[in-house]
Parts: sequence; C-alpha cells; structure tokens
Amino acid sequence: MNIGELLRSFPELTVTGVTQGAIYALVALGYTLVYGVLRLINFAHSEVFMVGTFAALFTWGLFGLDSNTERPSIGVALLAILAAIVVAAVTSAAVALLIEVTAYRPLRHRNAPPLAFLITAIGASFVLMEVAGSLTVRRPFGVPALLPSKPLFDIGGWAVTPTQVTTVVVAIAMLVGLDYFVQKTRAGRGIRAVAQDPNTAALMGVNKSRVIALVFILGGLMAGVAAVFNDIKTGSTKFNVGFLLGLKAFSAAVLGGIGNLRGAALGGLLLGLIENYASALFGSNWRDFVAFVALIALLMFRPTGLLGESLGRARA
Amino acid sequence: MSALRERLRISNLPKPARYSLGALGLVFLFLLPNKWFYEYLGIPLGFAYIPLYTTKNDMASVLFICTWIILLSLGLNVVVGYAGLLDLGFFGFFAVGAYVVALLTSPESKLLTEYNWLESPWPWLVAVPIGIALSLLAGVLLGWPTLRLRGDYLAIVTLGFAEMIRIVAKQQDWILNGDRGIPEVGHPPGSVGGEPLFSFDAKPYYWLALCVIILAVFLIRNLVRSRVGRAWVAIREDEDAAELMGVPTFRFKLWAFAIGAAVGGLSGTLWAGQANFVNSTTFSLENSILVLSAVLLGGAGNIAGAILGGFLVIYIPEWLRSVGDVFGLPETVTVGGSTYDISPTSLRFAIFGIVLIVVMIFRPQGLWPNRRRAAEIQHRKKEVAVGE
Amino acid sequence: MSEQPSLDKPSDAPEPTPSAAPAGDRKPLLEVDNVTLRFGGVVALNQVNFTLYEGEILGLIGPNGAGKTTCFNAMTGVYTPTEGAIRFQGGKISGQQRFKITKMGIARTFQNIRLFPEMTALENIQVGADAHHRTSVPGALLRLPRHRREEKDGLKLAHDLLELVGIGGTEHEAARNLPYGSQRRLEIARALATRPKLLCLDEPAAGFNPAEKQDLMQLIKKIRDTGVTVLLIEHDMRLVMGVTDRIVVLEFGRKIAEGSPAEVAADPKVHAAYLGVPADAA
Repeated sequence: MNIGELLRSFPELTVTGVTQGAIYALVALGYTLVYGVLRLINFAHSEVFMVGTFAALFTWGLFGLDSNTERPSIGVALLAILAAIVVAAVTSAAVALLIEVTAYRPLRHRNAPPLAFLITAIGASFVLMEVAGSLTVRRPFGVPALLPSKPLFDIGGWAVTPTQVTTVVVAIAMLVGLDYFVQKTRAGRGIRAVAQDPNTAALMGVNKSRVIALVFILGGLMAGVAAVFNDIKTGSTKFNVGFLLGLKAFSAAVLGGIGNLRGAALGGLLLGLIENYASALFGSNWRDFVAFVALIALLMFRPTGLLGESLGRARA
Repeated sequence: MSALRERLRISNLPKPARYSLGALGLVFLFLLPNKWFYEYLGIPLGFAYIPLYTTKNDMASVLFICTWIILLSLGLNVVVGYAGLLDLGFFGFFAVGAYVVALLTSPESKLLTEYNWLESPWPWLVAVPIGIALSLLAGVLLGWPTLRLRGDYLAIVTLGFAEMIRIVAKQQDWILNGDRGIPEVGHPPGSVGGEPLFSFDAKPYYWLALCVIILAVFLIRNLVRSRVGRAWVAIREDEDAAELMGVPTFRFKLWAFAIGAAVGGLSGTLWAGQANFVNSTTFSLENSILVLSAVLLGGAGNIAGAILGGFLVIYIPEWLRSVGDVFGLPETVTVGGSTYDISPTSLRFAIFGIVLIVVMIFRPQGLWPNRRRAAEIQHRKKEVAVGE
Repeated sequence: MSEQPSLDKPSDAPEPTPSAAPAGDRKPLLEVDNVTLRFGGVVALNQVNFTLYEGEILGLIGPNGAGKTTCFNAMTGVYTPTEGAIRFQGGKISGQQRFKITKMGIARTFQNIRLFPEMTALENIQVGADAHHRTSVPGALLRLPRHRREEKDGLKLAHDLLELVGIGGTEHEAARNLPYGSQRRLEIARALATRPKLLCLDEPAAGFNPAEKQDLMQLIKKIRDTGVTVLLIEHDMRLVMGVTDRIVVLEFGRKIAEGSPAEVAADPKVHAAYLGVPADAA
C-alpha cells in the first residue's frame, strides 16, 4: 500500500481515470444495449471494438499519417480524428450488424437455447480476432502522433492534455446523444418496448428484428468511437486489443447494472477511477486484480449492480 | 428405419455385446497414440494421416491435451450442463491443481528453497489429492458468496475469479515465482526396465489420463443418476419449484461447483506432471472459453457429449494444422504487395470459430445431446414454426 | 402409501394453544394467526386468521385477487408475513427456509403448472420423494447401501403415486409431453411424494371438464383418506361445495366468512363478494 503515492498524484490519477472510464463506458454501452434487449452477453462485442481500432488507423493512413510522421497541425489533427471517428464508428457498426445477422439471427429463428447464443458469440469472436491476427501478422501497429502532448491547462496540479479533453467531451456527447435517442425518439421507444416485453411489443406492431439490428448498430457506433480514442490514448493497437478491454467494459456494464444505459456510463467511470487509484496504491501490475475484486465485492452487496437493470423502464 | 435404429442403439444391445463393444473401444483408445498401430491397420502413412494422425505435433501429445481438456469439460459439464450454472472461469480451478502439484513436487519450489516448509519434494502421487482437495475448497470458497447471484452475474464473477488467479500467478513473486514459473515438476511414479515410465513422453500420460477419465465418468454417472443429479436438473429447470419440493438448492449448487472444481483441479495436476513447468500463460481466459465451448458443442447435460466436445475442440484445430501439409496448400498469399499468412495453422481458430457457429445454428442442442434435452429443443422449434 | 401419516398417529409436536375455538376435539395442524402481508403500499393480506384441523379438507375461496395464492405463498415460505405468524403443528414456520418447510410436511401444487418439463414423470415424483432422503454426494458417488435403499424406496413410492393419481403408464414420458390433465395430476403426485401432512392445491381443476372435475373430487377425497390434510383453492363452486368440510372466504385480503359449505353458501357477504351486490338486493 502506497498511500503517499496516491495522495501525491491524485489529480493526475483522477484525470487519467476519467479518460479511461470514458472509453470503458462507450464500449460498455454496446454490451448493455444488447443485453437489455436480448438478455444476451454479446461476447463478440470486444472484436467490434478491435475492428474499430484498425479502421481508425486505416483512416489516418489515408491522411498520410503513420507512427513515424511528424505531429500535424491542430487543424489537420482534429480533422483526422473526426474522419477516424466517422469511419471507425461506421465500420464497427457494420461489423456488429454482420455478427447479429450471421451469428445470432439464425439462432433466434430456430428458438435456440440461450447458451447456444453464447457459443456462436464465442465463435464469431474467434473468427474476427483470428482473421485480424492473420491479416496483421499478429504484430502491434503504432498510432500516429496527433494532438499535442503538452497539457492544455494545469491548475494546481490538475493538468489535462488535449487528448484527454477530447476523449471525455466526445464520450459525454455520445452518451447524451444516445440517452436522448433512446428516451425521446420513436425508434428509441421501440427499443424500450422490446426490452420490457418483446412479445407484447411485437403484438403492438414493433418490428422486433429491426429493433435488434438497431441496437447492434448503436452499440457498434459507440465501440467505434471508443476505438479511436483508445488508439490515441495507448498509441498502438493489436489484433487482440479487444479482449481485455472488452472484459473490462463488460465488467463496467455489470457494475452499473447491466441493461441500464446510465449504469454503463457510471460503471465505466468508476472502473476507470478504481483502476488508476489501485495502480498507485498497489503497483500497476495489480490494477486489473483490484478492478475484479471491486466488481465482485460490489455484486455481493448490490446483486444487480449500482443502478439496477432497467433498459425497459422509463429511466433507461 | 427408425425402429431399426432404435434396436441398434448401444443401450438396447444385450449386455455381453455391450461390454465387448466397450472393451474393443477401450483397446482402440489405448492403441491410438502408437504410430505402428496405423501401419498395422494398413493405412499408408503420409497422405493417409488425414483422418486420424496429426503431422505438426506428436500424436501422443495431441491426445494427451485432448484427455485433460476432456476431464475439464466433464467437470464443467456438471456445473453448466447439469446444474445450469454459467461458469466462465473454469480454468481457475485447473490452475489451482497445477500450482499445488508444482509447489509440492518441484525441487525449485520456493517452499523448499526459501521457506524451508518442506524437507524435500513430495511425490507426485501425494500432491495430487492435495491439489484436488484445494481446488474443491477453492470451488466452495468461490461458490459460497456467489451462488446466490443470478445467472449472468455469476458468469462475470467466475470470469473475474479466473482472471484474478491468472494475475496472481503472473505477478506474485514470493511463492509462485511470477512469470518465471516453477520448473522440474514431479512426475507420476513407476518405471519399466529401470527407465522411469513417466518423463517427457506424452504417451504414458495419455494412458494414465484415459484411466482417470474412465474413473471420473463412472463416478459422475453415479452422481447424475442419483438424487443429486435429479436435484441439479430440477434446479436447472425451475429453481423455485425445486426449492418448494424440498430440494436444498443452495447446497446442491455448491456441490455442483465443488465437484466441477475438483475435477478441474485433477486435470491440472495431470497436466502439471507432463508439462514439467508451470507458469501463468496456460491459464488465460481463452482456455476457459475453449472448455465452455467444448461442453456446449458436444451437448450440455450429457457425459458422452462433454467427452466428444472436449476431444473436438483440441483435435479440429490440430488436425487443421496437418491438412495444409497433406494437400500441399500454400502457406502465404501476396495481395497488393503485402504477404498474408493463410496457412491452416494460423487460421485454425478462425475456422474453428466458423465450425462453432455452424454447429450451433444447425444443432443448437450440441452434437451429442442428452436425448431428453434434444427433444425439448425440437419442441421449441416446432412452437416457432407454428408461431410464424 | 403406508408411509403416509395417518389420523390416529400421535403427533410429537407440543399441543398448541388454539387461536380459534376448536371444532370438536380435533387437533389444529396449521394456524394462520393474524397474518398481514404488505408489498410496498399494497396490503395483500390483512389480519387473516384461520385454523386447519388434521384430516379435514378446507376450501379457500374468494374472487380474483382476494389473496388466496398469496396466502399459499406465505404458508410455503415464498413470502414472509409482515405481521403475524403461521404455525405448523405448533411450530412457527414463517421465515423458515422453503425446503425445510416442505420437509416439515407442507407440500403444494401451482396455479400455473410448474413441473420440471424435461424430466420424466417418474423423475418428477422422485425429486419430491428425495425431500426426505439423506444421501448426499459421497453416498451417491460410491453407491453406498443407504443410497441404494433410498433410490429403491423412492422409485417404489413414485410408481405407487402415479397409480394413485391415475396416470400409471406415463412413467417415462417427459413431463412437458403429458396432456394437460395428466400434468395437473403429476403435480399432485410430486407433492404427495414429499410425504406431506398438509397438501395445498392451487386451483387443481383449472381447465378441467366436468367429468375430470368429478374424478379430481374423488382423488382429493382419496388423498384425505390416507391421512393427509388438504387445503384447496378453487374457483369452481360446485367442486368446492362437494368436496370440502369447511370453507374460508377471502376478499381484498380479508377473511369475510368461515364455516361449513352450507353456511358459507348462505352467507350474504359471500354473495356480495362474488356478485358485487348484497344477496337481498339481487
């Protein structure tokens, strides 16, 4: 236990924790959306995220940027990030939809038992990860330097870099947008209806297949955005980058109460903070360990997560 | 046609016929790792290895991996298949069994070299029951607080548990020696003509594991055909109704967890003996998932299905590795200036993933399901057909 | 069926102080003592009092939503009463674990059938019979003598009960493939396998035609004659009137009447509850 270290670098840990948490939250939304509607742990979601990281890299390649190029001007960097967000989000959404159509929909039509879905999810995950592994020769790819690394501001030790600001701002925008979409739009009402009672919703004229496809697309969009910022934050990507991050994001979703959108956001944020504080307290090797201990301890006391499960209820 | 098939079912044959069939099957299994066996069968080597033999890896090693994975899927089948508890971190118990054997039998173990808790390394045979017992204890300790959680939460908690064990194994330096691991793990006893029977050759381990599997199948079958097995199935089908019919559901769920853990730990002790070196890399989450897919691919809730699944998840990828050699497939392909590795060896898990999806679409109950469960899923299918 | 406790068998439970005036010299088996059950703001049961005597068939009736099934659930440990207590043979059962209550001698069926659908008819009953078996994992693992004896007894009991409820020959059918009426009967057999002193039937005749109802009445009487006390929730008045010894009427979670079938049938409050108007105004 190194409490001195925790106190000394508390501001820095908090800022990085929030940034990490924003990425977790975005990926966690994908798990939570699908779970809320289908009661299914979409194991392949981590690969949706992984594909996003490569799509972003590809986009930057089109800008002539790679890990060896000079840092571009702020304008170009922001433009490159924006383009990467669009490309990665669309690609990830397409992959998510592809998974739904090939791996889940046929099983639904056959009314397969829930565990069969888990296996096709694992199968889809294997396929995506291994194909990506083969295409990339299983080596890590560096990410071009984009935003300046100098802190944007530094108030009493609370230094925040442009990357961190962008990550958090975009994540919040996405969260608010998604919340609005689910709460206020017609399509969002359909999602909530199916989440609450699929059969009644179908009787009331909600197109279940379309709602499910929409849920996968939304989750994919969020994962794509998260992928861009994970690239920038970690500076590299690899074919198996989704595995641990997906696991963490799923934990975040459970922490907040799976099926609950705001819970996913809260869970991601908490997990990011806990991890960073824990790495200061116990050494960075133990951060994942502490994250899981926290998760299990929380589930002992609040068996349905912090905010409970309720995509269907009005609070979403 | 179906009447004939019904009469030809093994379970409907007269007893002597059944026993001799079983004995023949066993002899076949024991002969399997011997190269001369294939030659004796008249299968020409080379091309002919396609259906059975693997060329990229020693057949005995492949078979031994199959056996300890089969043991794991037998254990997990009790938890997932019978009691219906989704355990995603089953490899954690395997790790406990493997580490206990390694710590107690290796002369390099820190229990000896630094702490002097042991005078000298213990024999493998003594370490095995301790490994099983501690795995069982781990199962109880994990199950006690968590089995009150509902299905999907249990899944994430078990997953977290296995990750925690792996991280401890990786980072912990005082006893487990971190990533450097523990070498020179003890072997099972026995010698033939002055040479130790168990050393690095996988063949005797395969035979030993085969015997262990037979024993495990016998014991698990006793369980599932007793009130314990009935209680598990009742819990899986309707936990509340089971409780109201007098089934102490928590106690039996805990038993399922403990038994699964003990079998998983047993598998770990066998593996550690052959691997001779234990560190954290084997305990990755992918392996837990592999075992789970073995159980569901084979057919959850059926012992034979678990065995089939455990065999296939190892054998299909291994076999795919040799297929490329046999057919002379290109290893790489060059598209637009970049070279990609398309050998079956590197794509084998992708192909395996496709196999998983296809099997689940066409046989959601698994390849060799419990007959009753298969009927149940057929029933659901019909309901859909009527509904649409 | 020799294992069923019979009426004249002395109970080793201490003699409880009866909360209601005892009808004759019969022994109370189950006492519902001032039970109130609230869910949030909803009062599902409101100071309900009644006593079940050994060997009788008691009907529990009332309009939909009167709290009959809630009352059942409180008795079998699914809910714990907010106030008051439920005593079985003088011992308090509210708050006990559910499988222990079953072991003490209260068994039930469900309004919407809850068999174990993939298990065979025989296995379903065996699960009930296992309630009193003491074999655990070690015994089953090694097939110890007690395990084999219990398996044999359980199997025999299961066969006997299938005959008793009148669905012999369906031993190896999966429960879900049985016809609806047989499933209801199988539920009764499964409950009887736990060797209850009190059998609670939750609308056992729902969906039955008159002939089947007639058979069911015979079955219920037969079960009572083996020494089992029966508590019956039922909508069909003719069935309730024909088979019960006494009737308790609930409305909006309160007891509004209690007495013999004839007394209850003549009670204007009961008419009002069922028809929505006082009997004399109709």
